[in-house]
This record gives sequence, structure tokens and C-alpha cells, in this order.
Amino acid sequence: MIPGTFDYHSPDTLDEAIKLLNDLGEDAKVLAGGHSLLPMMKWRLAEPTHLVDISRLSDLDYIKEENGYLCLGAMVTESALENSELIAAKYPILKDTSEVIADPLVRNLASVGGNIAHGDPANDHPATMLALNAIVVVCGPNGSKREINIDDFFLGPLWTALQDNEILTEIKIPIPKQYSGGCYIKLERKVGDYAIAACAATLDFENGQCISAGIGLTNVGPTPVRASDSQNMLVGTDVSDEIIEKASVLASETSQPVGDHRGSEEYKRGVVKTLTERAIMKAKNRALGGN
Amino acid sequence: MAKKSITININGTPRSGEVEDRLLLVHFIRDDCALTGTHIGCDSTHCGACTVLLDGTAVKSCTVLAVQADGREVSTIEGMEGAALHPLQEGFFEEHGLQCGFCTPGMIMSAKHLLDNNPKPNEEEIRCGISGNLCRCTGYQNIVKSVQYASNKIQESESVGGE
Ligand SMILES: Cc1cc2nc3c(=O)[nH]c(=O)nc-3n(C[C@H](O)[C@H](O)[C@H](O)COP(=O)(O)OP(=O)(O)OC[C@H]3O[C@@H](n4cnc5c(N)ncnc54)[C@H](O)[C@@H]3O)c2cc1C
Repeated sequence: MIPGTFDYHSPDTLDEAIKLLNDLGEDAKVLAGGHSLLPMMKWRLAEPTHLVDISRLSDLDYIKEENGYLCLGAMVTESALENSELIAAKYPILKDTSEVIADPLVRNLASVGGNIAHGDPANDHPATMLALNAIVVVCGPNGSKREINIDDFFLGPLWTALQDNEILTEIKIPIPKQYSGGCYIKLERKVGDYAIAACAATLDFENGQCISAGIGLTNVGPTPVRASDSQNMLVGTDVSDEIIEKASVLASETSQPVGDHRGSEEYKRGVVKTLTERAIMKAKNRALGGN
Repeated sequence: MAKKSITININGTPRSGEVEDRLLLVHFIRDDCALTGTHIGCDSTHCGACTVLLDGTAVKSCTVLAVQADGREVSTIEGMEGAALHPLQEGFFEEHGLQCGFCTPGMIMSAKHLLDNNPKPNEEEIRCGISGNLCRCTGYQNIVKSVQYASNKIQESESVGGE
């Protein structure tokens, strides 16, 4: 299978890349790791006439803490996240997530920015980023820059708040407090498959009480789903087993799965409940110093 | 139709060509360079038969454009043998790591990436390292043994060399 014809552009700087996108209009697409875009082009599900390769822009490849945030450059690969000591030590939920994306070969090229910019509710990072209350940094023409709250980013299947002439440059995640923990759990049919369903959970505690919670769900709706009722159930409690059970039922009710080759709607709701329960439990253990 | 001149260093030899922008790296390797050891299996980024090293990192060459590899280094199965078989090749031979052999070049390139980054992987790490490569014959058991063989062999030769 070979993609349709297009012109390939390999700009040297971010400004050049944005200018190209701006000049070329809606027929141009950003090429990052290419592991969602090129397969779609082979199937003719996408037929851009121009590709603007941002993988050679070295200034989009960093993992660092700055001004209260963990900052991930858009071109950080899943493998880099998986192998980062900082991520393993302080953001295990991100390691959980990158480790279950596709397979190691795909992860060597797939970028975290692409995983989010693609806007596929089956991708794994979006739910994690919901649970982490991430901020998406986007650059546009004439040096413009805006920050989009993750809750305003995903608009529909393969549809995000990004404009055709914008590039997602960074993802910002608030640095966790002392008693914070998160976890991502995914059920897949086999290595390399998209989720039947998955749950990302984060919890912040103060004096033994949960002061904030984030629950994001993968592949059970037209966009990644924030389970707000479930979050509300947890806040202000000590996150007992009984509360966890109730919160997971709420997550299952909030999810909007559709029956397909990965299972019936009913089955997927059951999976959401079980995974949410496990994810909250593990997040709690991590927050309070266990594993 | 858009064309670009590219030069890719494949197994230490610069290979130049005028290629269509949409040409996939695997086709450049097989058709333009006649290095047919790299296989095309599923053509949909699943099977890993087309695995090569791009600047030392294992990637599926059916999902990389040849123009993306311009100016970079690619290693394929043909580059593995030096004066003798590479320990991985020897391992697959000694431990019966293949039956039909179709997945083998990709399997070996993935295993090369694994051992370059983790010279003494345990069984689980080996299984994870090759999880992007499908084999329909062996049940993976002997492939794991082949990689273990290579890992041991490399350790031994390094400790001998170091004395
Ligand atoms: C076999 C296989 C299995 C997979 N399994 C999973 C899985 O289990 N879970 C999962 O989450 N993903 C999975 N993926 C998808 C993979 O992780 C993708 O590569 C990733 O989602 C997209 O990242 P990319 O860098 O490859 O983006 P690309 O494919 O280059 O781009 C994807 C889209 O996002 C746009 N884009 C990319 N980066 C930017 C940016 N910085 N700014 C603006 N727009 C941008 C592109 O224009 C394009 O429309 C799988 C892929 C394959 C091939």
C-alpha cells in the first residue's frame, strides 16, 4: 500500500513550519511520527496534498519541569517517556500510558503531541491528560501562542481545537503535590491493539482527605470522556472501598461505549467499571506512599 | 509528481536516488537498493517484518517515508554479518529461531535494538522487545532462546576481549 501523491516539506524552524501551513492552507498536514497519519494515507482515509514534517525540529523534543509544570515537547516519543527517570519517579501514570501504546517499534516514532493532536478517542494519552488537567500549548502564525485547557481541546472524533495553521508545541502538566498519585489501566485484546476501554485516575490528598480527583476514559465515546460525577464522588472523602465502588459505577454510567468487534456496549460498561475501580485504588496507593 | 533527491547511508554505504515524496523507506531499500532482506509482510504497521534501524533505533520501514530518512543512517539485515555471522544470526541458527524465515530479518533488527540498549535482558524484557514483530511459525519460544544465546555470546566475547 502506497499513499497518494503529496509534496513533502521539511522546514528547519517552527516559524517556517507554521508559515508553510498558513500558506498551504487546509490541504497541508503536519507530519510528526507518522504512525497514525501514514497508515490513514495508505488507506486513503486521509489525502493531504502537502506534508510538513516537524520531526526534525529539535526544539520540540524535551521533558522538563519548569514554573510549576512538567513540560513535554510535542515530539517526545512514547519510548522516551517510557524510559525517562523523571517520568518513572514522579509521573508513573505517564509511564503506564506510554507502555501500553501500540508496540515498542511504533513507540520509537510515535509522538505524544501526535497522540493528542490526532484527536482519536481510541488513543491513550488523551484520557491521561484529562485526568492530569493538562494544558495544550499551540503556536500559530506571526508568533501567536495560546494555551488550551484539555477539557476544551477534543471536539469530536479526529477533531480538535487546533486550527489548520497551528502546531501543538507543548503539553503542560501541573507538578503533583506531596500526596498525589495517578495510574492508567487499559484492557486490550492483544499487544498493539487499541483499548477495549481504559481508565486514567489521579487523586490529590490532604490530611487523609481527597481534595481533587481526575478520571479520564479511553475509547468509550466520540471523544475521551471525563467522568465528572465519579470525580465529585471521591472529593471530600477518604476514598474508601465503598466510595471507590460507587465512583466506578458512576464512571460506567458516564461512559458512552458503542458495541463493535471489541465487545458489546454492556460488556464495555462492565470493563469501565472494573478498570476505574482498579485505577482509583492504585492511584490512592501511589498517592499515600505505597505501590 | 513531486520528486526529491535523497541520500541515505545504508549499512555504511551512501545510497542516493531521485524518489517520489510518497515512496516508503521499505520500497527504497528493496526496489531502489536491491536489499531484499527487509521484508514486507502486512504493509499496515503491524507485523514488523520490515523492521530496520534508523539512526540506531528500530522502526517499521513501511511507515516511514524515504524522504524522512534523507541524510540519516539505516541498518538492515544485510549489514549484520561482518567477518562472521553476528551473534544474533548465530543464535537464530543454533537455537532454531526460525522456520519459514519470513519474520527473521525484522526479528533480528528488533533484537539488535534491544541488546544495544539492554545487553542482558531477562525473558520478559526479550518478549516485550520483540512484541512488535509477529512470527506465525515458532510460537516465539526459540526466538527468545536465540536472543538469549546472542546476549550470552556478546557478554562472553566482551569479557574475553577485556582481559
Ligand atoms: C500498529 C499501531 C498500533 C497503535 N496502537 C496505539 C494504541 O494502542 N494507543 C494509542 O494511543 N495509539 C496507538 N497507535 C497510534 C500511534 O501511537 C500514533 O503514532 C500516535 O497516536 C500519533 O502520533 P504520531 O507522532 O505518529 O502522529 P502523526 O501520525 O504524524 O500525526 C497524527 C495526526 O496529528 C497531527 N499532528 C501530529 N503532531 C502534531 C502537532 N505537533 N501539531 C499539530 N498537529 C499534529 C497530524 O497532522 C495528523 O493529523 C498505534 C499505531 C499503530 C501504527
